[in-house]
Amino acid sequence: MTEVERHGYDVVVVGAGGAGLRAAIEAREHGKRTAIICKSLFGKAHTVMAEGGIAASMGNVNDQDNWQVHFRDTMRGGKFLNHWRMAELHAKEAPERVWELETWGALFDRTKDGRISQRNFGGHEYPRLAHVGDRTGLELIRTLQQKVVSLQQEDFREHGDYEARIKVFQEYTVTRVLKTADNGGSAADDRVSGVFGYQRESGRFFVIEAPAVVLATGGIGKSFKVTSNSWEYTGDGHALALLAGANLINMEFVQFHPTGMVWPPSVKGILVTESVRGDGGVLRNSDGKRFMFDYIPDVFREKYAETEEEGDRWYQDQANNRRPPELLPRDEVARAINSEVKAGRGTPHGGVFLDVSTRLPAEEIRRRLPSMHHQFKELADVDITAEPMEVGPTCHYVMGGVEVDPDTASSCVPGLFAAGEVAGGMHGSNRLGGNSLSDLLVFGRRAGLHAAEYAEAADGNRPVVDQEQIDAAAEEALAPFAAEGGENPYGLHQELQQSMNDLVGIIRREGEMEEALHRLSALRERAEQAGVEGHRQFNPGWHLALDLRNMLLVSECVARAALERQESRGGHTREDHPAMAAEWRRVLLACSLADKPVPGEGAITLQRKPNPPIREDLLALFGADELKKYLTEDEMPDAEAGLPPQRADADADKKTENGAEH
Amino acid sequence: MSYEATFRVWRGDADGGELTDFQVEVNDGEVVLDVVHRIQATQAPDLAVRWNCKAGKCGSCSAEINGRPRLMCMTRMSTLPAGETVTITPMRTFPVLRDLVTNVGFNYQKAREIPAFIPPQGVKPGEYRMQQEDVNRSQEFRKCIECFLCQDTCHVVRDHEENKPAFAGPRFLMRIAELDMHPLDAAADSGLDRKKTAQEEHGLGYCNITKCCTEVCPEGIKITDNALIPLKERAVDRKYDPLVWLGNKIGLRRG
Repeated sequence: MTEVERHGYDVVVVGAGGAGLRAAIEAREHGKRTAIICKSLFGKAHTVMAEGGIAASMGNVNDQDNWQVHFRDTMRGGKFLNHWRMAELHAKEAPERVWELETWGALFDRTKDGRISQRNFGGHEYPRLAHVGDRTGLELIRTLQQKVVSLQQEDFREHGDYEARIKVFQEYTVTRVLKTADNGGSAADDRVSGVFGYQRESGRFFVIEAPAVVLATGGIGKSFKVTSNSWEYTGDGHALALLAGANLINMEFVQFHPTGMVWPPSVKGILVTESVRGDGGVLRNSDGKRFMFDYIPDVFREKYAETEEEGDRWYQDQANNRRPPELLPRDEVARAINSEVKAGRGTPHGGVFLDVSTRLPAEEIRRRLPSMHHQFKELADVDITAEPMEVGPTCHYVMGGVEVDPDTASSCVPGLFAAGEVAGGMHGSNRLGGNSLSDLLVFGRRAGLHAAEYAEAADGNRPVVDQEQIDAAAEEALAPFAAEGGENPYGLHQELQQSMNDLVGIIRREGEMEEALHRLSALRERAEQAGVEGHRQFNPGWHLALDLRNMLLVSECVARAALERQESRGGHTREDHPAMAAEWRRVLLACSLADKPVPGEGAITLQRKPNPPIREDLLALFGADELKKYLTEDEMPDAEAGLPPQRADADADKKTENGAEH
Repeated sequence: MSYEATFRVWRGDADGGELTDFQVEVNDGEVVLDVVHRIQATQAPDLAVRWNCKAGKCGSCSAEINGRPRLMCMTRMSTLPAGETVTITPMRTFPVLRDLVTNVGFNYQKAREIPAFIPPQGVKPGEYRMQQEDVNRSQEFRKCIECFLCQDTCHVVRDHEENKPAFAGPRFLMRIAELDMHPLDAAADSGLDRKKTAQEEHGLGYCNITKCCTEVCPEGIKITDNALIPLKERAVDRKYDPLVWLGNKIGLRRG
């Protein structure tokens, strides 16, 4: 029998970024004993890297804004593949989630009348992003972290123990979600019983018994070579969900942020915030041309400026001008940059120029974009107030994730919940900037709430942890020490990253993705033989060897789904199928674990599922002409429903203004 | 362009250890953390090091480079003396766990001891109104990425384990200043005097403003000038102001 450190909680939250902390706060506020598990130190989560802001239609800067406009923008950004109910809940609840942060001590930048300032961002009709300079993610994490501490202080006053009802297990890594084995071996009906993992510091194993587990582990970017993501983004939650029997949807949709640093090589991929463009920065190729005007797709043509003059006027007068095309959704900008570089109009280091130095006074740049100024000065020795930056696309975000119920964030496995980047559906085929932080808060809270309710209902019938699963999990985790002379996990990781970058990147081709699947299959077999040196105490080689399992599983999901979807939409571009196809909008690709992986074959089974139809009153927020671009004919609302062919947004907003819910 | 460098990295655990030399390739534009990663990938796969974002935003990869507390991800190789050995040791103020990883639990313990933001009574969410000029100062302190380099360098605790129980350190004294300067913090209404507790409970008096903390802050926060000195001045005002003293004596205002 494996020796493990054991704990018991009502709710376990895996991940301590924005979604995880928000979920934990909610579960604890509903009286549940809550454990937070994080791979890193508390307060270091990847959320700190979010720069631009939190999208919420508070209407502080433009009072025309409301949830309906935000909903519309989100659906357009996701090319209508989003789960409409998630997009609706998100748009409705985001303002409350932001305001609540202020009561926990957050200090956002202010408007002149003292309210929360909101900035422009790609794809958002109105200035909508609550922000703190360009370090909004840090403010979000710190505020949630400090709220957790304040709850612990409350517990200390009441119970004499800071950790009486909420405890952070930092530098703990979960390798398996455990399930009950009490209903006759029918794996599909089992419910969650807890989690198994190891402590980084000592290498010792732990089990936390709990009826409810919330996955909030973020994304998968570390499977790609050029990425803005930190080392933690190894798709742990995605893989844990698969292994526990849940489905992943939309895994073919990976967002390449258009502006990552391209030089020096060691920082390639690090993010350059979209706020640079929101605040006036422009993209130029090596000929000095603002090329984005050549890349406005038809679906967006009416909404974007056709000339530089109009685009420039928009920054001052948004009522009478259209926005510059630099502010198109991220997928459009990333593809445009990719095309310019391929056409030989790139910069010396293979990117394009992003220039704010000729657009704003130096002092203003330093005030509005302090961390970008700092980042380029320190890492690239470039002064962005005096010269342009060189930027190019970088793997940034995965739209795909655990298939969840929109209202409760629960997966199909009883007791397993997911929120934030690890959950799928909310962003459809492409996420708008700013919609991630709001997603974390809205669905983090919902996951925490429903996990607490689920745990409450399980009282009196608590699941029992199965010792066999603990033993199996321990054996799996120790395997790399047994593989004497096994392959170096760092080398395997580099090969994986190179393969995904080259074969399943921004522009995808059938043959390359088939090649990727072959390589992944071979890598999986080699990874099972990965070996490590040394002992279990804080051993990064061992940690990476274990993370490889997760990265390989999610990479296969991405490649398999991308091969299947024969169209181009949002974060999935097929060179051999360049058009968006309305029929494909009705299809979701769901990945699950294959029953018995055959050597040389994949570990993942792919299934087509119907995308639930959008509720009629929400469809009515769009004009018929716009819907035609996305929907098949038989999905179009009846002509009698009286949708106007075009819906001037300003009119629509006035109509809904009074009914706006906040 | 690349060259071969000598890296001297401390390896060991709580029971002791030693500096170990590595000959390692360095490429144009790299930072110290890149080179440490190369050592991991090619020579010492179990070399323990904390890091997350590699962009100076998370504050995980703190260490001492040639004796100076720094973030490894923000130290470009080109800023170090060419051709000389680069020595990397763990932060000295905190107990070593393994190699470059230290137990920074001290900081999390101190964080818990600072009373949280107290929201103003009767102001609903969405009704908070603050002017930018009034939040600027606290916002400067909230830039802190909790790398704990200021805690590491502060001589009050650097070689004085005995001072740790009584001293919150620059990061958390700054946290008190941040809350104290928050325009809507309602501590005073609830009977909490943050300045007084800074002095009496969190060891502000130990600080003799040598500004070491400010010098190592990778975010360039003026910890001493903008947080600690104002906090000291105000704490002193309250402590020695005869009017305040008299008021306290005759119960005109709460301490």
